[in-house]
Amino acid sequence: MEYIINFINGLSLGGIYAMIALGYTIVYGIAKMLNFAHGDIIMAGGYTVVVTLGLLHQPIVAVLFAIIFCTVLGVCIEKVAYKPLRGSSPLAVLITAIGMSYLLQSLAQIIFGSAPKMVLDYLNLGVLGKGAFTISVSTIVTLSCTVVLMTALTLFIKYAKIGRAMVAVSEDKAAAKLMGININSIITITFAIGSAFAGLSVIFYFMLTPTMSPTFGAMPGIKAFTAAVIGGIGSIPGAIIGGVLLGVIECFSNMIPQLAPYTEAIEFGLLIIILLVKPSGILGKMKKEKV
Amino acid sequence: MALLEVKNLEVSYGLIKAVKGISFEVNAGEIVTLIGANGAGKTTIMHAINNLIGKDSGKVIFDGKDITGTAAHKLVKIGLAQVPEGRRIFNELTVYENLRMGYYSKSDKVRFQEKIEEMYSYFPILKERKDQIAGTLSGGEQQMLAMSRALMSDPKLLLLDEPSMGLSPLYVNNVFEIIKKVNGLGTTILLVEQNAKKALSIADRAYVLEIGKITVSGTGNEMLNNDDIKKAYLGG
Repeated sequence: MEYIINFINGLSLGGIYAMIALGYTIVYGIAKMLNFAHGDIIMAGGYTVVVTLGLLHQPIVAVLFAIIFCTVLGVCIEKVAYKPLRGSSPLAVLITAIGMSYLLQSLAQIIFGSAPKMVLDYLNLGVLGKGAFTISVSTIVTLSCTVVLMTALTLFIKYAKIGRAMVAVSEDKAAAKLMGININSIITITFAIGSAFAGLSVIFYFMLTPTMSPTFGAMPGIKAFTAAVIGGIGSIPGAIIGGVLLGVIECFSNMIPQLAPYTEAIEFGLLIIILLVKPSGILGKMKKEKV
Repeated sequence: MALLEVKNLEVSYGLIKAVKGISFEVNAGEIVTLIGANGAGKTTIMHAINNLIGKDSGKVIFDGKDITGTAAHKLVKIGLAQVPEGRRIFNELTVYENLRMGYYSKSDKVRFQEKIEEMYSYFPILKERKDQIAGTLSGGEQQMLAMSRALMSDPKLLLLDEPSMGLSPLYVNNVFEIIKKVNGLGTTILLVEQNAKKALSIADRAYVLEIGKITVSGTGNEMLNNDDIKKAYLGG
C-alpha cells in the first residue's frame, strides 16, 4: 500500500514536472530555442501568488493572477529578448535566455529581497485516509489537473487549426509561411501556452514546498528541463513521460533511506544515461540534416 | 494587364549575386515558364517573389499592388500561392491536414469542403489516402498533395517550382496535364522547370535564365523551335 501511495505521489510530482517541461518542449519544437528563463517565469508566478494572497487572501484569484502574469511575462520576454534574435546563431539566443534568467532573478531580489518567504497556509488542503494509507488532497488535485490539462493540450495540438499550424511551423517554417501562417503569432501563442502552464504549476509546487525565494524556479526549472530532454525535447508526449518518470523516481528514491541523499544525483544520472544511449530522448526523433 | 510584374530584381547570397537585375511579367490567364540550368537563379527568383528571402533591389507588383516588402504569410490571402521546390509538404500531418493548412488563410467552411472535393477530383489517390501521414506518400503523391495544398487557397497566380522533379514519367505527364487544367479554370501559372521541353509545350510564353540573367524570351512555340534553345535545353 505504501508503494501505491508513493507511486501516486510520484505521478503527481511528475505531473508538475511535465507541466513545466511542456513549456520547454513546445518552445523548443516551434521556436527551436531553449528558453532557460522558463524556470524564472515560475518564480515570477510564485511571487504573484504570494503578493495576491497577502492582499486578497483568495487562493483561486491568486492562481488566476499567476497564470495571467506568467503568460504576459512569457510573451513579453519573447517579444523583447528573443524575437530580435530570430535567425541569428542558436548560441546567441541561448546566452540571451540565460541572461534573461539572471535578469528576472535579480529583479525579484531587488523587489522582494533574497530572504525566503513562507507562503501563507491557504494551500494546505488536508489529507485523505488514515495511518499508512494517507494521501494528501493536494496530490489528488495536482494529478487530476495535470491529466485534464495534458489531455486538453494534446487535443488542441491534434485537432485545432492553430494546433496543426504549430506542428506545421515546427516542421517547415518557409512552407508554413507559404500557407499564410504567421510564424510570429504561432511563436507568441507557443510562449503563452508554455508560460500559462508554468504559472499554474506554481500553485502545485507550493503545495509541496511553500517557501518562496528569487531562485525558487531554478530547481523545478532544471528538473523539468531534464524531464523534457529525457522524454525527447520537442515532443509533448515525451515531456509527459519524462516528467512522470522523474517524479516517480524521485518519490521512490526519497522513500529508501540509503538512496534519499542521492535522489538528485540519480535523476540527473538518468539524464546522462539517456543522453549516452539515445541522445534524442525516449520519444525524440533523430533529425536528418537537409542540405 | 500584367498580373505579376518583376522589375530589376537583384538577390544575393552573402557576396554572391544569384539574380542580377531581372525583369519579366506574367499576364492574367497565361502559363509563363522560366527555364534554365541548375544554379541559374530560378528558385531564388521564386523565393524572392514570395519574400521568403530578402532582395537587394527591384520591385514586385502583384495584381496592381506593390508586394516588394509584404510579409510572406500575407501573400496567399491576396491570391499568390507557391508550390515550393522539393514539395515541402508537412510530413507529420495527414493528407487532409495538409490541405487544411493550404486553406489556413481563409475561414469559409462551405468553400473549404468544395475545395477539398475539387482536389480529390483532380487527384483521387489523395482521397483514398486522406488520413494517411503525408510523409509516407510516394514522391508523385507528395507532388500532387503539394499542388493541391497550394490550390486550396483559390490563388489568382500559382508559382510552381520544379513540379516534375523526382517524378516518374507517368506522373510528370499527369502533373503537366493538371497544370493545364488548373490554368484552364482561370489560375495564372508561373512555372519554373528543368524539364524545358515539357514546360515549353504547355507555356504561352517563356524566359530563359542563365546565371542570374534573362537571355532569351518568347512564346512557348518560338522557343521550342529556336535552335540555340534546342541545343542548350532540349537535347538537340
